[in-house]
Amino acid sequence: MKSALFRKQQGKWKLSLAGKDALAGYLFILPFLIGFFVIFLPMIAKSIQFSFSNMTVTSDGYVLETAKNNGFEHYIRALTIDPDFNLDLLTAIGNIAAQVPLIIIFSFFAATLINQKFIGRTFARSVFFFPVILTSGVVLGLESSDLLVSAMGETAAEGEGVASFLDMVRLLREYTSLPGSVITFLSNAVNGLYDIIVASGVQILIFLAGLQSISPSLYEASSMEGATGWESFWKITFPMISPLILVNCIYTIVDSFTNENNEMMNAIRTKIFSEVQYGYGSAMAWIYFVCIALILLVVGGLISRKIFYYDER
Amino acid sequence: MKEVHNSYQKTARRRTDRVTTAKVGRFLWKIIRAVIVLGICFVILQPVFLKIAVSFMAESDLYDSSVKYIPKHFTLDNYRLAIQGLDYWNTLLRTGLLAAAVVLLQLGSCLLTAYGFARFNFPGKKLLFGGVILMLIVPPQIIMLPLFMKFRYFDVFGIVVAMTGSSINLIDTYWPFLIQAATCTGFKNGLYIYMLRQFFKGMPKELEEAAFVDGCGKLRTFVQIMLPSAIPMMVTVFLFGFVWQWTDNFYSSLYLVKTKVLATSLNNLSAAVYSSYEGFGGSMNFISPGFVSMMNNTGTILVILPLILLYIVCQKHFVEGIERSGIVG
Repeated sequence: MKSALFRKQQGKWKLSLAGKDALAGYLFILPFLIGFFVIFLPMIAKSIQFSFSNMTVTSDGYVLETAKNNGFEHYIRALTIDPDFNLDLLTAIGNIAAQVPLIIIFSFFAATLINQKFIGRTFARSVFFFPVILTSGVVLGLESSDLLVSAMGETAAEGEGVASFLDMVRLLREYTSLPGSVITFLSNAVNGLYDIIVASGVQILIFLAGLQSISPSLYEASSMEGATGWESFWKITFPMISPLILVNCIYTIVDSFTNENNEMMNAIRTKIFSEVQYGYGSAMAWIYFVCIALILLVVGGLISRKIFYYDER
Repeated sequence: MKEVHNSYQKTARRRTDRVTTAKVGRFLWKIIRAVIVLGICFVILQPVFLKIAVSFMAESDLYDSSVKYIPKHFTLDNYRLAIQGLDYWNTLLRTGLLAAAVVLLQLGSCLLTAYGFARFNFPGKKLLFGGVILMLIVPPQIIMLPLFMKFRYFDVFGIVVAMTGSSINLIDTYWPFLIQAATCTGFKNGLYIYMLRQFFKGMPKELEEAAFVDGCGKLRTFVQIMLPSAIPMMVTVFLFGFVWQWTDNFYSSLYLVKTKVLATSLNNLSAAVYSSYEGFGGSMNFISPGFVSMMNNTGTILVILPLILLYIVCQKHFVEGIERSGIVG
């Protein structure tokens, strides 16, 4: 239902109710509008311009020349000439497709777990917050460069976990009829447990905040009516939290795509900063972003059909 | 009276004794839950324990393969050196003030924007929200050079140049951070807008409508009705923003050349300490990896400690959120 924003009254144009609503909306998002159009879009335009040109840095700034093939030189090079680019791109997408569902399921599970009442809940919640700190900025950078301590950690972990785990894989292969791909998937999941736990800190907190804002009266009413915990989980918790499942999916995908340890991000960074090929690096980045955007569009479209909003306009 | 009450309680207890399956089930769940929670906690904490252990070790302990978690030569020297090398207390204050200012600004701007997107209909809304997603997925590395140029030669539509003849240099001031925070273009602000918008969309609309009917303006409805029920979400955004600003090395090293914040000085800690304490590790020309490792770990602990304290303070508001949201449902 769309109504006109303006209506004529006594010969003058005035804002209708829908018009006032729209004006209020624009006023509310004003900070974003300024930031987006004054700061963000010009940056993006610059970056796209770089990707279509060759840059030479001079003593007072830089000079841009249009690249060959009407400026598409870098794009053509990335997609058809560079031997690593396509492979890196596919690996990155494959890794993410495997990890995202695991992260979402784990973080949802963990959030419901620490939302329950038990002794030491405060402590557990604080510990679950650690990954957010450990994967942020300078801490992550130092972590990955600290070879000595990571070597110490591995020797400490070896004797206990790894050997018995390998046996587990063999047992599964020999004594169950599960297809090999399932076993590999499971074993990769268990192997990557630390990565998954560390990568889901933000998601756990988002889910936790969502769980906390579900009104307890809903649960009370349903238990009066005789609903079991299982039922109220699927009929109350799950629908109420579903808007945040979309957020978390999008965030997880974006986070793993733009993670600094990702092969593609590494390649882009090396191109831009170490090899100073700003044009080629930007072109790589833009191809990469078109891929992310397409994936996000598909995932977002699929999930947002299932989402329940308490009040849908 | 009391006896009657007691006997009633006794029969009640006897009755519950009979329903054993549910009780056993609940008990089992408690144990399983405890095991799972402890397991996850261990996985998360193990590297942190290692850091803490290393921060109390002397360098010789690092090369000693018999030392695992408990240092043989317990020492506080690492902390003394790291505190001096980071100029800890001054830097802490500076970083804290900067992070608090940035986070409060971006919380305000993101809340307003998110509410606008969640509750109002206006032409171009879908397209603009696509812009939010775009901000979320473009990593700052890509727009680093344009960003630097923007704030090095800062100008608003050429007004400043027209008036004074030259642009303003905002590098080495806090203005770039504040400007970015106030205009929702800071680090991961797209995520905050998205989170808050999803949250507001999930809230029931009856209260706002009631307030509107009672003659409450739109801004006042937002501040007095919506914000109190959004406290858990606001605390979450606050925490994320604070942590990410606190440990942010990217923007800090881009905008702040001489001014040091914790993230940038932590990054250069071992070199800074080593140059002022030459001969600490023995050799003259290269920094021994063990020393670097010890300094990094000690420094990391010093940097993340305030964040953990902040979380412990903030997490009370998570619980408070439950009681408040009861009003809304």
